[in-house]
Amino acid sequence: MLHTVNKSPFETHSLETCLGLAKPGSDILLIEDGVYAATAGTTVSAMVEQTIESSSVYALAPDLKARGIDPDQVIAGIQLVGYDGFVKLSVMNETVQCWL
Amino acid sequence: MKFSIMVNEGPYTHQASDTAFNFTKAALEAGHEIFRIFFYHDGVNNGTRMTIPPQDDRHVVNRWSELAEQHGLDMVVCVAAAQRRGILDADEAKRNGKDGDNIAPGFRISGLGQLIEAGIQADRLLVFGD
Repeated sequence: MLHTVNKSPFETHSLETCLGLAKPGSDILLIEDGVYAATAGTTVSAMVEQTIESSSVYALAPDLKARGIDPDQVIAGIQLVGYDGFVKLSVMNETVQCWL
Repeated sequence: MKFSIMVNEGPYTHQASDTAFNFTKAALEAGHEIFRIFFYHDGVNNGTRMTIPPQDDRHVVNRWSELAEQHGLDMVVCVAAAQRRGILDADEAKRNGKDGDNIAPGFRISGLGQLIEAGIQADRLLVFGD
C-alpha cells in the first residue's frame, strides 16, 4: 500500500498517524510540506529512521528542491523520486492512501 | 492503467492543485489513462475562467483546460460545492436566475455519483487536497 503525506510533521500529526497505522512493507511517499520530515537531525528523524527499517520511505525530489533541502541533508535510506516515480509507486501498489 | 484524480483544494492556496496537475501530466506521459478528474470542496475553484493570475505566475485554470483539450480529459466539478462557491455553467446560471456563468473550458458540472463512478472504473484513485 502506498501512503502519501503532504503536511509538515511540525504542523499536523498526519505523518505520525500514517506511520503508526502503516503496515510493515508499505511504501510511504513524502510530498509537498511532508518532505520536511525527510530532513536529517530533526525532532521527527528518529521516527522516520525507525520506519525505514520495516518500510520504504520516499520523498518527492522537486518538493525538496522547492524548499531548499539539499539531498545531502536527507535522512539516509530515504529514496528520492520525481513525479514519474510517484506514478510508478501508484502503479506498484494496489491501493493509495492520501493522508491529508 | 486507469487513474482517477480527486482535487479538494483551490488554486493558489497551497500546493495540492499543482501536485495533482503534475501527477496527471506524468501519468499521461507514462502512457496511462486518466478516467476522470473530480473537483470537490474548494477544488471547484480550479474551474473558473475568471481567474487572472499575475503574468509571471502559472495559470492554474488554463493549465488544466489545456491539458484536458490535449488529452480529452473528463474534468468534473461537483455541483453542490460549485453552487456554494459561485461556479456556474450556462444551464446552472439560467436555472438559478444568475446573470452569467464562469466555468472554464474543459470543465463540466455534475454530481457526486461521478466521483463514485471514477473510483469504481479506475484502477487507482488519488486524492490531492489540504
